[in-house]
Amino acid sequence: MSIDLSQFYEVFIDESFEGLETMEAELLNLQPGEVESEIINNIFRAAHSIKGGSGTFGFNAIAEFTHEIETLLDQIRNGERELEANHIDLMLKSIDCLRDMLRAIQNDEPQESEDAKQLTAQFQAILAEQAAPSGASSDSETEEGEPSQAVSAPAVTKVTNIFDINFTPEPHLFKTGNEPLFIFDDLAEFGELEVVANVQSIPELAELVAEDCYFSWNITLDTTQTEEEVLRVFEWVEDDAKIEVKLVAQFEEEAEEVNDSDKETTKAETPTQDNEVAKDSPKSEASVAKADDDGAVTPPTAQNTSTPKNEFRPVAGKTKATEKSKSDSSSIRVGTDKVDSLINMVGELVITQAMLNELGEDEQFDHSKLTALREGLAQLAHNTRDLQESVMRIRMLPISFVFSRFPRLVRDISQKLDKQVELTLIGEGTELDKTVMEKISDPMVHLIRNSLDHGLETTSERIAAGKDETGNVTLNAYHQGGNIVIEIIDDGRGLNTEKIKQKAIANGLIEETDGLSDQEINELIFQPGFSTADQVSDISGRGVGMDVVKRNINALNGTVEVASEPGVGSTFTIRLPLTLAILDGQLVKVGDNIYIIPLVSIVESLQVDMNKVNSVGGGVDVLRLREEYIPILRLHELFNHPEACQSLQDGLLVVVESDNEKVGLLVDDLLAQQQFVIKSLEANYKKVDGISGATILGSGSISLIVDISGLVKMAGLKKPGQAGLDFAKPLSEAV
Amino acid sequence: MNPEHENADLVQYLTFMMDDEEYGIEILAVQEIRGWETTTVIPNSEDYVKGVINLRGTVVPVIDLRLRFKLPHVEYNELTVVIIVKVEVDGHDKIMGIVVDAVSDVYNIEKQQAKKAPEIGDAENRAYIEGLINVGDKMVVLLDLEKVLAI
Repeated sequence: MSIDLSQFYEVFIDESFEGLETMEAELLNLQPGEVESEIINNIFRAAHSIKGGSGTFGFNAIAEFTHEIETLLDQIRNGERELEANHIDLMLKSIDCLRDMLRAIQNDEPQESEDAKQLTAQFQAILAEQAAPSGASSDSETEEGEPSQAVSAPAVTKVTNIFDINFTPEPHLFKTGNEPLFIFDDLAEFGELEVVANVQSIPELAELVAEDCYFSWNITLDTTQTEEEVLRVFEWVEDDAKIEVKLVAQFEEEAEEVNDSDKETTKAETPTQDNEVAKDSPKSEASVAKADDDGAVTPPTAQNTSTPKNEFRPVAGKTKATEKSKSDSSSIRVGTDKVDSLINMVGELVITQAMLNELGEDEQFDHSKLTALREGLAQLAHNTRDLQESVMRIRMLPISFVFSRFPRLVRDISQKLDKQVELTLIGEGTELDKTVMEKISDPMVHLIRNSLDHGLETTSERIAAGKDETGNVTLNAYHQGGNIVIEIIDDGRGLNTEKIKQKAIANGLIEETDGLSDQEINELIFQPGFSTADQVSDISGRGVGMDVVKRNINALNGTVEVASEPGVGSTFTIRLPLTLAILDGQLVKVGDNIYIIPLVSIVESLQVDMNKVNSVGGGVDVLRLREEYIPILRLHELFNHPEACQSLQDGLLVVVESDNEKVGLLVDDLLAQQQFVIKSLEANYKKVDGISGATILGSGSISLIVDISGLVKMAGLKKPGQAGLDFAKPLSEAV
Repeated sequence: MNPEHENADLVQYLTFMMDDEEYGIEILAVQEIRGWETTTVIPNSEDYVKGVINLRGTVVPVIDLRLRFKLPHVEYNELTVVIIVKVEVDGHDKIMGIVVDAVSDVYNIEKQQAKKAPEIGDAENRAYIEGLINVGDKMVVLLDLEKVLAI
């Protein structure tokens, strides 16, 4: 029986990414020199799962690379090596490298990478160094037995132990999620392994409980490892099994290998036991499924005596042959509480439906039943709304998914800038839509870089200004109305309003005489190509950035603002809708068609005063609205609906704003305002100019959502300049 | 071994009528058959794109096959049929509706027997044709849906 492992790739990759995040977060908690075993253990566990998983699926490059990290961690955990700052750096780099490798798998690319090779070399260089004599070495009780890692020391005698291990698990072993195969795999990495299964306690088939373990194993292991190391392999099962380890023989020999890592040594000694075998063997899902299907008859026992190697070969080969599944689809991990509440609500819905059904089937339906019917319908409406909210909540994830990457970012940048920075995260549990989350992370990275580079002063400047030498950056997220607000606060020097003003004047963005408020001047940093940095650093200051940030956030129907006080600091405030799936919109009528204009972009709606309409060359009409000239776009022209009303007087003008420019859209009539669930038009069709999506109205028919910036582009209008109107080409030509 | 193996060459086709001709599409692509219903017009679309309909919450474009083949348009009536099909366009599965005059029959067709369309007539239309085949004394035009619906 073979299992297509590729179906698990996605889960593995998701889990590995999570594991890497854990490792990263924990690494940042570590300080050189001090070893908190809990933290190290957390990192170790995460690394170990990645190694195990990648081995299972045949991603050997990852497995081998993770092994290097593990080896180093292991030494640190055992106190054989002091944790140094460069270890943390190296491990952080490795995490980046592993991420790349995982992505390579997602994209069906080869996972081998140059980075990994380089980092591996660095690990091996560290491992080759004499382990720090940190007093509390773990080998106190192992007589002359060397800890395996110290093999690297030149001209050291190597001790080979032969252990006889009796492993008798309790029947419930499998239920605790333990898998003897893993243990054998781990042992196989230590040296030459022979496993003999005792099958005499298997009952008659009728009495056999498929989930119980009836086997015990006799294991002979020829290894350089100590008894302690061997016992550690059984750590997970020691409560669920009887484990006897006997040292039956011990040999000493001259070490052949000098200056080599532990892994390589093992490899050289035991050529039959190449790494691939140990790592390719099926684990987790594959073998669990096997155990279930074959009634707990796990492979090594099927033939009574066998090394894992021979058994696993075919499966390992299969893994490689299997085509890698393309992972286009992304997945969400949802808390069971959310799913439970959904199930509850569906239950309610079914009850209401049954009740309404009963009413409907009642032959003698009369007025007296009407109240009951109304109640039922009200209940149905209530249930539907609850259900809708819960379904939306499934897509909601805590913003910590984005926040969690920033401690690392801040650490890296502050090191590069040689500034001391403390990052505070507030409101990490604030939830927002997954799609919004994915798109907000890049703008946030940019803003944070900016705060660190431009916002915060150097340490000496801070001391001179009488501030604490450690700069503070705070990320704060909270809900406000239907929006999520994210603040990026620094206590740096604040924006240099005067400098921005000078720069803006130099660039021709504003006039000296414009008389803008400080706030308005500060907002100019969001203009394209605007940078006040004197020096272009590799972190920021090239002048592309703030406008991109603003554009990205606007594309999510959000806004970004800056508030700043000289010498005290700046605050960037991002406001975003909680979800992209729902939109507040205004229904408008154009001829026989109903379109939806997003409410956020509507400034006002008005009846056109013909006295204020001027025709600019080329048939473009502009409306003078207070101090502004607003170009008029006729929706029926752009959308080609000749049946709609043609004159400005008969229709209504909806003034909308997009990308800081205002245009007036001529429509026949305004209808209701309501919330809409956005549906994709591109899923089954293609992108349509001037349309951002579709939605389904209460009547069941479809209505299209207007894309304002797309419309402006369609009409061929360029942004009206400061000094007057500047149209790229006349409207009549564009349509 | 494989029960489908022995008649693997036989493919089931759903046929429909259009301008008195019988056309066939692979039945596995067909999701359902519906009557004509009013669509929401997509602005500035080609004339053969009749608009989009709401298919149980999915936005599905509807293509008039007559207009796609540059055949004369006929008024829709209660017999006008929309066949909902699932095709792979540019690597993505898309669900679309095609408007045809009437649904005709289901045939088991041996694909190898199909003849190439003669090299005359509208070259564009010919690209949509996978082949011609005789069923009894009738001729059926087998369509290459992917090409027809690559819009």
